[in-house]
Amino acid sequence: MSITLQQVPTDTYTADPVHSSFGFGVRYNGVATFRSSFDKVDAQLADRVLTGSADVRSIVIDEPRFKGHLLADDFFDVENTPTITFRSTDIRLAEDGTAELDGDLTIRGVTKPVTAKGTFAVGGDAFGNDRIGLEVQTTVDRREFGLNWQMTKPDGSEALAYDVTISAELQLVKQA
Amino acid sequence: MRILGISGSLRRDSHNTSLLRAAAMSLPSGVELELFDGLGDLPHYNADIDEDPAPEAVARLREAIAGADGVLVATPEFNGSIPGVLKNALDWASRPFPDNALRGMPVAVVGASTGLFGAVWAQAEVRKVLQTIGADVIDSELPVGQAHVAFGDDGHLADAGMRHALEGLVAVLATRAGAAEAMAI
Repeated sequence: MSITLQQVPTDTYTADPVHSSFGFGVRYNGVATFRSSFDKVDAQLADRVLTGSADVRSIVIDEPRFKGHLLADDFFDVENTPTITFRSTDIRLAEDGTAELDGDLTIRGVTKPVTAKGTFAVGGDAFGNDRIGLEVQTTVDRREFGLNWQMTKPDGSEALAYDVTISAELQLVKQA
Repeated sequence: MRILGISGSLRRDSHNTSLLRAAAMSLPSGVELELFDGLGDLPHYNADIDEDPAPEAVARLREAIAGADGVLVATPEFNGSIPGVLKNALDWASRPFPDNALRGMPVAVVGASTGLFGAVWAQAEVRKVLQTIGADVIDSELPVGQAHVAFGDDGHLADAGMRHALEGLVAVLATRAGAAEAMAI
């Protein structure tokens, strides 16, 4: 199949918060994967640049001590860096529905370039709004952002993987 | 055959006590599990009061262990290690050394925590302490992480893999306890 690049719209789109989420997954104990997401997220496509942010305090974990540990200095250091942000530097949309985003991801105050890959779809919704659905993911080494926590298990293995898969599912609604 | 369950948590709604109850529902036929409920009554270990006759709460613990064919310990994890209340009980049970109630006793260790790792470090340290005491320690672990969501309404572990792992571990314990019982006869 030939892949034709699609034009990124110049209109302004903002994320429908109900149908948008930022999530992550990380392996622990060698085999299991812990997954969570951020409840309060925001994203906007304007002037062909996608920006997004997540309120770190809105991390979805219902156990207070576990959540507290992730928000503390061992991980997100929420007191000093309460927000995760992303700003695209290039968006490539292909006719077959694949999407690639280059951009700058800022976690814990550290900004690193990342490339996220996935899919997109364009269409109208039941209310007559133009929407863009975008689902992309990327993998980062959490140490690059200063999330260095580690414990050696009794068998000598590392308790928590360094590779973290980050995913964004966005429903972007065209603004009038 | 009787297995004594010792939960290292005194908390009313303890996840580790729940884990022992789940184990009690997973036993092979002919095996029963009794929960020891006297951990909170034990005094702090002090050689000055470690004499004959032993303090009443200590005597109860030692008799409960001596009357069992095997022991299943469920440990929480405090700061990466054994809760003091459990270590205190094991210290009392280790006396008099070496002819204590735990010597040669088949023991398995499991653990639950609300974090990801299921008290895996505390379990390793409980096994080390039990080996030092002279128990017949099963070299296996069962880390139940995110314990606040690990149990179903029926009291069993919700995850099928974890449920089977618990069944397997108590089956090994029962087999080892059966062998020890046969040797004693």
